[in-house]
Amino acid sequence: MLWTSIKRVIKAGFVNFYRDGFVSLASVLIMTMTLFVIGGVLFLSATLSASLEEIKSKVDVNVYFQTSTSEEEVLALANALRTLPEVKEVDYISREQALGNFKKRHENDELTLQALQELPDNPLGSVLNIRAKEPSQYEGIASFLKGDIALGGGKKPIIDEVNYYDNKVAIDNLSNIIKATERIGSILALVLVIISISIALNTIRLAIYISREEISVMRLVGASNTYIRGPFVVSGVLYGVSAALLTLALFYPLTYYLGDSTENFFSGLNLFRYYLAHFGEFSLVIAGSGIVLGALSSFLAVRRYLNV
Amino acid sequence: MIRFDKVSKIYSDDSAALDGVSLTIKPREFVSIVGHSGAGKTTLLKMILAEERPTSGSVMFESTDIHKLKRHKLHQYRRKLGAIFQDFRLLTNKTAFENIAFAMEMAGRSDDEISADVPYVLEMVDLGNKMWNFPHELSGGEKQRVAIARAIVNQPDIIIADEPTGNLDPVNTFEIIQILKKIHDLGTTVILTTHNKGVIDSLGKRVITMEKGRIIRDDPTGKYVL
Repeated sequence: MLWTSIKRVIKAGFVNFYRDGFVSLASVLIMTMTLFVIGGVLFLSATLSASLEEIKSKVDVNVYFQTSTSEEEVLALANALRTLPEVKEVDYISREQALGNFKKRHENDELTLQALQELPDNPLGSVLNIRAKEPSQYEGIASFLKGDIALGGGKKPIIDEVNYYDNKVAIDNLSNIIKATERIGSILALVLVIISISIALNTIRLAIYISREEISVMRLVGASNTYIRGPFVVSGVLYGVSAALLTLALFYPLTYYLGDSTENFFSGLNLFRYYLAHFGEFSLVIAGSGIVLGALSSFLAVRRYLNV
Repeated sequence: MIRFDKVSKIYSDDSAALDGVSLTIKPREFVSIVGHSGAGKTTLLKMILAEERPTSGSVMFESTDIHKLKRHKLHQYRRKLGAIFQDFRLLTNKTAFENIAFAMEMAGRSDDEISADVPYVLEMVDLGNKMWNFPHELSGGEKQRVAIARAIVNQPDIIIADEPTGNLDPVNTFEIIQILKKIHDLGTTVILTTHNKGVIDSLGKRVITMEKGRIIRDDPTGKYVL
């Protein structure tokens, strides 16, 4: 008996979806727009976080050592830095490498290279490149360098210069911009999603409003609430599924078209490849939102007309 | 079978649609209710269908007060009634067959019963050839016959017909009344409201006359007198 009822409700949902073709089409299109916005927000946040990640990775702090500092001392400091939780990575550049880099940078500059040859010894000290996990953490790392080891415990200082203090303003600005971008981005996304969800909700309410007479007739014929509501919820799920399929299909040519330009513009994130790589999660989120939105809004909308 | 006990219905603007109506309808009766528009006939029927609640008084079906039924139990009570309306109230996106099948599904009948009984009742109201037509493809008389077939298919205890001939021509009116008579002869209680003098006079059954929300006359073999 229960199985027969379920079968009948599902069948009625499909039949109504098909017979009220125009209403279904309108609901599916509106819902497609909603899901499109949700998908767009996903792409936007992926692009944003990839770009920010890229910018963050370009920021680092360089520690220049005195030429007299031994390699052991530098490596000891590098190891000490690696134990700090804020530090992401530490690159060691030896004096010889530093000289090589310098020569390479000035290979067209005869004068500088000549001047370099006049010197008795390699004038460059070794360098540590430090990357923090967050730009805001450089301050802590810099004060660690300044305070503890750099002073060498009363001995001769081993560090010549830490360029954090030169770049402080730029780094601070950047970390503020990143924070603000993330905050504005998520507020904007939330607003867009809320607006489009409420439009979809209202469209389905209108679709059911058209059927209010039918609902009262069903009540008079002796239909239980579940039996009236069931087919509407099934139709709602069908709206969601159709809209999700449409949305996923729309993103395919769209991301293909945008793929190359986004790769050049934003830090190497190719939207098309990203879409294909995350297609599973993507279709889950889109179809899931569609089904929940369709079923829930139908369920709520019918309730109004059940009080006959 | 149905008992109204001092039932009043007062709408928000203080106009009484029903004013202290008391009335008993026995099983297997054929009762006609007549009166001008606004006399309270439809409100009376809505009380029986539990579409409206009385402001005071009670309506009993056998031994239950139908307005004290819980909302989720109401549909079980309504399955004991078959209702026919002036505006037909068919489900517009379902065919004649499906409209009737729907009422049977609601009553929990099996698919086999449905495929056997629906053609049978449609034959009974002479619509065997229009089974797969949608309501908008049927004439007024045909729609009303579908509505009657839907009302009787679950063998209800009572048929409630609210001006079923109001939108029909004399020939269709005659046919609908003949069908109602046949249903009554088969042992079903029928409650009918109408404006049609000819219908009432030809029936020769109990007639209740209403005016301004009150029952002013109740004749066991009445004529249409207003």
